[in-house]
Amino acid sequence: MSFITRGFSGRSRERDDRLPPGQTLVGDFPVLSAGPTPEVDTEDWEFTIRTETGAHSWNWDEFMALKIEDVDTDIHCVTHWSKLGTRWRGVSLDTLFEDVETEYDYVMAHSYGGYTTNVPLDELLDGKSWVAFEFDGEPLDPEHGGPARLLVPHLYFWKSAKWVRGLVMMDQDEPGFWEQNGYHIHGDPWKEERYW
Amino acid sequence: MSDAPTAQAVAPSAALQAVPRSGWHVATVAATHRETPNATRIELDVPGWPGNAAGQHLDVRLTAPDGYQATRSYSIASSGSSTRVVLAVDKLPDGEVSPYLVDDVRDGDMLEVHGPLGAFFVWAPAAETGDRRPVQLIAGGSGVVPLYAMAHAHAGADDPTPFRLLYSVRTPDDVYFDDELGTLADSAAPLRLDFVYTRRTPDGWATAPGRITREALEAAVFPASERPRVFVCGSTGFVERVADWLVMLGHDPRSIRTERYGGT
Amino acid sequence: MEHVDGNVLAGPLAEFFSFDVTMATGRCVGCGTVAELARAMVYRSGAGTVVRCSTCDNVLATLVEADDRAWIGLRGVTAIEVRRTPTGG
Repeated sequence: MSFITRGFSGRSRERDDRLPPGQTLVGDFPVLSAGPTPEVDTEDWEFTIRTETGAHSWNWDEFMALKIEDVDTDIHCVTHWSKLGTRWRGVSLDTLFEDVETEYDYVMAHSYGGYTTNVPLDELLDGKSWVAFEFDGEPLDPEHGGPARLLVPHLYFWKSAKWVRGLVMMDQDEPGFWEQNGYHIHGDPWKEERYW
Repeated sequence: MSDAPTAQAVAPSAALQAVPRSGWHVATVAATHRETPNATRIELDVPGWPGNAAGQHLDVRLTAPDGYQATRSYSIASSGSSTRVVLAVDKLPDGEVSPYLVDDVRDGDMLEVHGPLGAFFVWAPAAETGDRRPVQLIAGGSGVVPLYAMAHAHAGADDPTPFRLLYSVRTPDDVYFDDELGTLADSAAPLRLDFVYTRRTPDGWATAPGRITREALEAAVFPASERPRVFVCGSTGFVERVADWLVMLGHDPRSIRTERYGGT
Repeated sequence: MEHVDGNVLAGPLAEFFSFDVTMATGRCVGCGTVAELARAMVYRSGAGTVVRCSTCDNVLATLVEADDRAWIGLRGVTAIEVRRTPTGG
C-alpha cells in the first residue's frame, strides 16, 4: 500500500479547466523518446507523400517555399502533461495535399529513425495539422523532433511524429509503433483515448 | 559471441542462488550523512529485507499528496544479509527525486523501496562462484556506489581475488566513501586504488586535472591478457567511452559488465 | 536523448516475471546477436520504455505501463532463454 511521502511534491503540476480529462499543466517541455535522436541535415532532408499511384516529394528548399503558417495551439501528452498556447511555424497538411490524389482514407506517418504513427486523413486536413519546423520562435530542436515534425494538436502528442520524413496512404487503418504496443489507435484526449 | 561456450563470467545458477527474491518494503531512514557537497549517504532500516548481493540496486518510489508517484533506481552500497541498507544518492541538477533525497530527507522518514534488484551487475566471492579471475572496477562519479559494495564485500570475505578500482571524480571533495576506501585498500583482500581527477587534483598531484584518457585507462587496469572481469559504472557517456576503449585494448566484451546511470 | 541499459528494467518487470528478466537472453531479429537483456539499450520516458539491441539498435521490446495494466511487446526477439534454478534441497 503506497503512502504519501513526507515533504515530496514532485515537479509543478497545475490543474486547469481548459484541459482535457486527466491532464495537468507543466512549465517545461518534457522530452519523450523511443530511441537515439536522429541527426538529419536540412541538406539531406526530404518529405514524401506516397499514394497508391505515386509519390510527391519536397526537399528543404522546396518545402520552405510553400505557404508557411503561424500556429498557436494547446498540446496534450498521453503522460498527463499539457501545454497551452504553444507557438509553432509550419506548412499545413492542406497545402501539402493540394495536388495529391488518393482514394485512401488513412495515413501512416514515418520518421527518420523508424518511428511510425497512424492518423485518418480527414484528421490531418481542414486546418488540423502541420509539418512544423519552428517552435517558440526558434528552429525546432532535434530533441523535440527537428528539423521538422508532424503537428496534430487535437490528438495526443504521440501522434505528432518527431523527425517526420513522409506519409504513406493506407486503405485501412493500421497501428503505428506505439499503437501496436498498447496505445489507442485514435488518441483523442477529450475522450481519454490513451490505451487499447 | 553467442556461440562461445561458458561465455558467462559467473556460473549462472550460482548467480541466481546468490540473489534473493525482490519485493516492496517500507524503509525507515535511520541516518543521513553528507557524503560530498552534492551527495548524501542514507542508511535505511528495512524490516523483512532478504539481504542483497554486492552491486544490486533498489527502486525508491515517492508519492505526492495528489497521488502522483515518481520512481527512481539507486545502487546499494551495502551487501549481505543485514536489514540495514545503505544508499549514496547524487543530486541531479534538474532532478525530481534526487534533490528530495539529498537535501530534504530526515531520520524517521519512511520510503517505499523495491528490491533487491538486478542479478547481472553483481559480484560474489570466489568461494561462492568458483571464478578466480581478477576483477577490475571502473567508476565515474556516483557510479562508485555498486563498485564500493563489491570492494567492501571482497574485503569482508577476505577474498584473495586481485581487485583494482579506478575511480574518476571531479575533485578530491567528490570522493564517496573516502575513509572506507582507504581502509579497504589497506586490508588483507588485495585492492589497488587509482584516482583520476577531472577538475581539481589534490595538492602535489603529479598530473594536471582532466578526463580519463585511453592511455591512463590502459596504465591503470589489469592487462587484457589477465582476462579480468570488468565492471564499469557511471554516466552513460563515461561508461560507453571506457567500455569502447577496453574492447580496443583487447578485453573480451563478454567479460565487461556495465551499469549506465544516464546522461552524458 | 539519454539512454541507460537493461539493468534498470529489473524493477518494472519484476511484477510480470517470477525471475530476474534482466538475466534472460534473447536473439535480436535484426542482427541475430544473442545477449542478456541487461546489455540492451533502454530508452525510458513516461510514454513507455523501448529496449533496443546494443549491436544494431533494432527495437527488441517495449513496455507501456498504465495504473491498472501494462503491455509488454517482444517484437524484436525470436525467443528468450531463461536459466533454470537448481531444484531440490
